[in-house]
Amino acid sequence: MTVSVAHIASPATGTDPAATGAGPVTSGAEPAATGAEPVTSGAGSAAGEALLDESQPGGRRANLIASLRTLGSRPGFVVAVLFIAFVMVTAFAPGLFTSHDPYATAPADRLVSPSGGHLFGTDELGRDLWSRMLHGSALTIKATLIALGIAIVAGLALGVISGFFGGLVDAVLMRGVDVLLAIPSLLMALSIVTALGFGTVPVAVAVGVGIVPGFARTTRAEVLRVKTLPYVEAARGGGASWLRVLLRHVLPNSWGPVAVLAVLDTGIAIIAIASLSFLGFGAAPPTAEWGTLISAGRNYLVTAPWVSLLPGLFVAMTVLSLNHISKTLQELER
Amino acid sequence: MTRYILGRFAQALVVLWAAYTVTFAVLYLLPSDPVALQLGAAGIETDKLTPEQLNTAMAQYGLDRPVLNQYFSHLWGFLHGDFGDSISKQQPVADLIGDRLGPTVALSITAATLSLVAGMALAYLASYMRWRPARLFLTRLPSFGASFPQFFIALLLIQLLSFNLGWLPATGVKGWKSLVMPSITISLLTASMLAQVLMRSFDDTLRQPYIVTARAKGLSRAAVQWRHGFRNALLPALTILGVLVGLTVTSAIVVETVFSRNGLGKLAQEAVLAQDVPVVLAIVSLAAAVFVFVNLVVDLLYPLLDPRIVQGRRKVASS
Repeated sequence: MTVSVAHIASPATGTDPAATGAGPVTSGAEPAATGAEPVTSGAGSAAGEALLDESQPGGRRANLIASLRTLGSRPGFVVAVLFIAFVMVTAFAPGLFTSHDPYATAPADRLVSPSGGHLFGTDELGRDLWSRMLHGSALTIKATLIALGIAIVAGLALGVISGFFGGLVDAVLMRGVDVLLAIPSLLMALSIVTALGFGTVPVAVAVGVGIVPGFARTTRAEVLRVKTLPYVEAARGGGASWLRVLLRHVLPNSWGPVAVLAVLDTGIAIIAIASLSFLGFGAAPPTAEWGTLISAGRNYLVTAPWVSLLPGLFVAMTVLSLNHISKTLQELER
Repeated sequence: MTRYILGRFAQALVVLWAAYTVTFAVLYLLPSDPVALQLGAAGIETDKLTPEQLNTAMAQYGLDRPVLNQYFSHLWGFLHGDFGDSISKQQPVADLIGDRLGPTVALSITAATLSLVAGMALAYLASYMRWRPARLFLTRLPSFGASFPQFFIALLLIQLLSFNLGWLPATGVKGWKSLVMPSITISLLTASMLAQVLMRSFDDTLRQPYIVTARAKGLSRAAVQWRHGFRNALLPALTILGVLVGLTVTSAIVVETVFSRNGLGKLAQEAVLAQDVPVVLAIVSLAAAVFVFVNLVVDLLYPLLDPRIVQGRRKVASS
C-alpha cells in the first residue's frame, strides 16, 4: 500500500531555487547552510550547467559532481540533508548531544515543561525526554537501516534476476510480487510480527519485507530499460560473460531510480517502524523507540502535551526531510 | 467482453487465494515453535506441561496435525465463513469480527468519501490556479500532508479539538462527533495521495489536443477544465482507488488504537499483542479480500468508462 506512494512522482515544479526552498527555511539560514556543504564553493546552478556541458573524461563522475553543485544551491535541500545527518549521528552517538542519562529517574522533576535544562521537558518519571529521544534514535534508525538493507538486497536481487533473465523466471517472480502487493504492507508486517514475536529486529524485518515488492518492481523496470541499450549489446558482442555484463554494465547503470526510491522508502519505513512500536510491538521498556515514547506520552496529553507531541514532531521532521530530499533528487533525474 | 469479465474474476480469486496462502505460511511456518506460540496465546506455558498434557492441549487446538492438513482445513473453513476460534478470547473469530465490523466500516466509508472530496478539490484548484506562488503552495501541500505519521496527527487533533477547544470527544464510538477526528486523520494521508495522482493527470489531460480545440471554440478556461478536463483526468486516478480503500482499512489499526474505537483495527492490534494467530489470519485475509474486491470493481468499471482499454488489451493479446 504505502509502497505505491513511491511511484507517484510529484508534478515538476521547475528548477527555480526559490521554489524548492518551500520547506521550513528562513532566508537567514541560507548562506550559512550553503557554506556548510563542502561541494558548493559559492557556485550557482549556472556553473553546474557549464560543468555538464564540458565533456570531461569519466562522464558518470562529472555528472555526479555537477548534480551535487546544483543541489548545494538549494537551501531547503541542504537543510534537509543536514537534519538527516544530525539524526544519523545521534543514532550512533546519542551521548554527543546530551549529558542526561535516559534512564535516570527524578521524581521531583516529573513532567517538567521544555526549557534550557530539559530541551524536550521530562516524562512521568522525571527522565529527560530529549535524551530518551536521542537514545531512541539509536533503535529506530538501526531498525530502519535493517529494513532498508533487506528491501534493497532482496528487491535488487529479485528485480535484476527477473529483468535480466526474463521469460518464465520473470513471470513467476513478478506474480509473486503481485501477490505481496495485494496484501497491504502494514498487515503483512503485523503477520510477521505475530509470528516472530516483539522487539526492534522483528519489527525491522517485518517492515523490510513489506517494502521489497516496490524495490523489485523498480529495479526490474530499470534493468529492462538498460538491457536494451547499445553498450550492453556491445559488451555481449565483445565476448563478456553474462555475469560480467550484469555486474559491470547493467547493475551500475540501473541503481539510480532505486536509490531515489530508497530515500523515499526510508521515510515510509520510519513511519511504519514508529507506528508498529507505537502499537506496542517494539522493544520492551524501559528502552524506548520513537513510537514507544510517543505512545507512552498519550496518557499525559492533557497535563503535559509535549511528552507526546515533541517526539512526534521530531519524527515528522525526519520524514519530511527525507521526502524533500527524494523529491529534489527525482526532479533532478528528469 | 464476457471473457474480460470472467478473466478478471478468475484473476481476483487467484490473487486472494495466494494472499491467504502467503499469510498462512508466514504465520504457521515462520516461528521456530508455532505450538508454543499459539498455546502461549491461550495462556498455557508449554515448558510446565507434561508430554501428555501437551498432547491434549495440542489436540484441543488442532495443532497436532501436519501443517498441510491444517492449511486445507482452515482454507475449507474460510470458504464456509468459519474462521476458527480465537485462542486468547475463546470465541469464534467470525463473531468477534462481526461485533467489531460496524465502527470500522463507518470510519472507512467516511474517510474514503472525505479523501475523495478533499483530494479532488485540491487537485482541481491547484491545476486551475494561475498565480505561481499559490499554485506552488497547493502542489507542495500533498507531499507535506503525506509526511506526517498518522499517530502524530491524531494526537495533535486530540490535543487541539478535544482538550483545548472541547469541541469533540477524544475517544469512543458514540455519535457522528466521534467519527470526525479519526476520518480527518486517515483522509489527510489518502487525500494527499489522490491529489498527487490527480494533479499529474490534470497536467497531462489539459495538454491534450481536444482541450485546445475546446478553447479555440471559445469556451472559457473554467468551462473547459470542468466539462472536458475533469472527467478525463479522473480516469487514471480510478486505478489507485483500491490502494486508497486498502489504506483506509490499514490506517484504521493505528487510528482506532489512538482514539480507542472498538473496531476491527483495534481488534487487529489486540490480536497481534496476544499473538492470536487465527484472528490475525482472518483479519489479514479479510483486508486482502476488500482490497482485491475494490480492484476488481475498478477493473470492471474501467472499460465502461474508457472503451479504449478493452480494445487496447485485445490488440496486445493478439500480437
